[in-house]
Amino acid sequence: MTEKPKIALYWCSSCGGCEESVVDLAVDILEITQLADIIFWPVALDTKYKDLKVLHDGEIALTLINGAIRMDEQASMVRLLRRKSEILMAHGSCAHLGGVVGLANFFQREEILQRIYHTIPTLKHAGEPIFPGDESAGGEPLPYFNNRVQTLDQVVSVDYYIPGCPPTPELIKEAILATLDDRLPEKGSVLADDKALCHSCPLVDSKPDMIHIQRFKRVYEVEWDPTRCFLDQGIICLGPATRGGCGARCIGANMPCRGCFGPLDNVLDQGAKASALLSAIIDTADSKELEKIADSIPDPGGLFYRYGLAASMLRGRLHRLPPEGRHVDDEWEDG
Amino acid sequence: MSKRITIDPITRLEGHGRIHLFLDDAGKVNRACLQVPELRGFEKFCEGRAVEEMPILTQKICGVCPTAHHTAASKALDQLFAVEPPPAAKMIRELLYNAFVFEDHMLHFFFLGGPDLIVGPTAPGEKRNIFGIIEKVGAETGKKVIEVRNRVRKEVIGILAGSATYPVCGLPGGVSKIVSEQERLDIERTARDAVELAKAALQIFHDVALANKIYHKLLHSDVFSHRTYYMGLVDEQRKLNFYDGMVRVVDPEGKEFATFKAEEYLDHLEERVEPSTYQKILYLKNVGWKGFVDGKESGVYRVGPLARLNAAEAIATAGAQAAFERMFDVLGGKPVHNTFAYHWARLIEALYAAERMCELASDEQVTDPKIRNLPTETPSEGVGVCEAPRGTLFHHYKTTPDAIVKELNLLVATQNSAAAIAMSVEQAARAIIQDGKVSDGKLNIVEMAFRAYDPCLACATH
Repeated sequence: MTEKPKIALYWCSSCGGCEESVVDLAVDILEITQLADIIFWPVALDTKYKDLKVLHDGEIALTLINGAIRMDEQASMVRLLRRKSEILMAHGSCAHLGGVVGLANFFQREEILQRIYHTIPTLKHAGEPIFPGDESAGGEPLPYFNNRVQTLDQVVSVDYYIPGCPPTPELIKEAILATLDDRLPEKGSVLADDKALCHSCPLVDSKPDMIHIQRFKRVYEVEWDPTRCFLDQGIICLGPATRGGCGARCIGANMPCRGCFGPLDNVLDQGAKASALLSAIIDTADSKELEKIADSIPDPGGLFYRYGLAASMLRGRLHRLPPEGRHVDDEWEDG
Repeated sequence: MSKRITIDPITRLEGHGRIHLFLDDAGKVNRACLQVPELRGFEKFCEGRAVEEMPILTQKICGVCPTAHHTAASKALDQLFAVEPPPAAKMIRELLYNAFVFEDHMLHFFFLGGPDLIVGPTAPGEKRNIFGIIEKVGAETGKKVIEVRNRVRKEVIGILAGSATYPVCGLPGGVSKIVSEQERLDIERTARDAVELAKAALQIFHDVALANKIYHKLLHSDVFSHRTYYMGLVDEQRKLNFYDGMVRVVDPEGKEFATFKAEEYLDHLEERVEPSTYQKILYLKNVGWKGFVDGKESGVYRVGPLARLNAAEAIATAGAQAAFERMFDVLGGKPVHNTFAYHWARLIEALYAAERMCELASDEQVTDPKIRNLPTETPSEGVGVCEAPRGTLFHHYKTTPDAIVKELNLLVATQNSAAAIAMSVEQAARAIIQDGKVSDGKLNIVEMAFRAYDPCLACATH
């Protein structure tokens, strides 16, 4: 009997939603385990790191990694998994584009640590603040909280990308089966259709050819018609700038798209694309008026780069100075 | 020379963690250290965002308990905008919430913590998982479990809120989507299957887990107990409630220590930083931090299923109430301090969640199209609370008048129990490892000490 191919699943700076999406394969997961052995999956199996380290290089046929890279330990783990794996896929928005956790790149590392471990009102203030990893306070060493969030492909080479927050179980299943059946497309591909969400949106018929916006409305301010295109009602929807394939699930709950499937193949920067598309539908020729309408978009950075800040050309506020003498890992050397 | 044993990573939980055990020369465990080696920074990077985005943004803290964050956030928005959701919207939120608690508790029993009980605490490592459970209970039962849980996610949560994983329906003053009559009927049917699955899970617990000698010993031994305070939400009759109510704290004897509204949390709870972990640890402010010790003089308290049942006086649905009485009867009355009773309490809660889903889905009022009240007040500050599967969850936002987040504070379920979880791990390690010798099975029992709580360490280090 020949050995079944091995599959590994791992998480980095993540939420567990990508794991849930694998569990959502439901009984199909039993079909996959007929074809392959899942050998490493911390959320569900008791395999430890030591078991992983003894594998030969390339012994794992496919590894799915979800989560962005924020801790130095995560970077080391994905390097190890890269070495052990024939095919490595970025699983979900965070590994693919940095995801929501990538919004942390709007802030400096120290600002984050200060807020969480010093100025939060529930913390008791007595003496000097203690920070995690402070070995002088008697602590055990901890992994380093890097200066910024990185996408998976800013740390190791990635063969394929499964988009979404989280990806649908169908996309995950297809990615696994395509690997096992040896019918994967060209390396570097995003394993989902290259069409904007609008194409599969149930409201697409109500989307007019030309949309004219005089003010963007916030969802708490207004009621809207659930049968009409959000944009046509002045509510920002990132559908036109976002890859489809999610099943238009937010639209199904009568809420606009927030872009989790990321940009289309030919788009370098989803946020720039979204802002260009929206600028085009602002209904004015007057520059002051234009500014006023644009100002009616609250927090455009956090909206247009909701899932893609770490991967974007913008990359958050740039802080190029390395911390003294530590963690070359974390510098602006991608790859 | 002392010796260190490290379990890395700890497994079958949500999030990252490792355990160090420090042994003395005689091979006894001196100390244990549970580390959470991750951090993301939501409490900083949500600053500057539009506050109405908080239900869909903060829930990315956790893909296992997103609906808890979504709900606490939606309720914080209600308070922030001073707007009350219409009755149908509250019902939809509570229906969604109970569906979520049910599926999340089932996830723990069949995928995370349950394999230790069903397959066995010292069964071979490669069998202690869902696949081992399917082998043990049979393919038919195993598939049924997976199928019903999946249907609750897809056909209740997905229908009400868009996505099986990430709901998006929460708005200040209501929800975004009405429930049609056909949807209500479908949800009601699924809810009935959920009740059956919850009962079947309790039956498996009685037949298999309670019959397992090692688990039986763990459950009935004083060695695995902590006499702590317990906290949970209760309704006006002091009955268990996941969605709403007052926060109630009982002392180690089961007497009421405090009852407070969500927005008073700062008067009651305080947190501290430990240098060995990124997780902050909560304790009762009015008792104070006395270190990792239990007893009435220590501010250490617990949350989650067992704590909620200790803090509540009853459960509002019949089947769960009967199971509640039976558990306290078998375990010698309230409060129960044994950590391994968390598993039992969790299944009783799953039955309550399923029964409550049924009640809500069979009420035609849930289809009322009036699902939103639009805010008219200028926003400034709001606190929202709910019972996440792992315990009480608080979201607190302050905004500018144009509804941009100025600051936020999130007290997340697992943080409440963090001190006790660390204590339980050390306690189990000391009891199990005596002569410096360890085996996979013994180390798994050490892990079972945290798994009983179903901790979410991703949440805890949001």
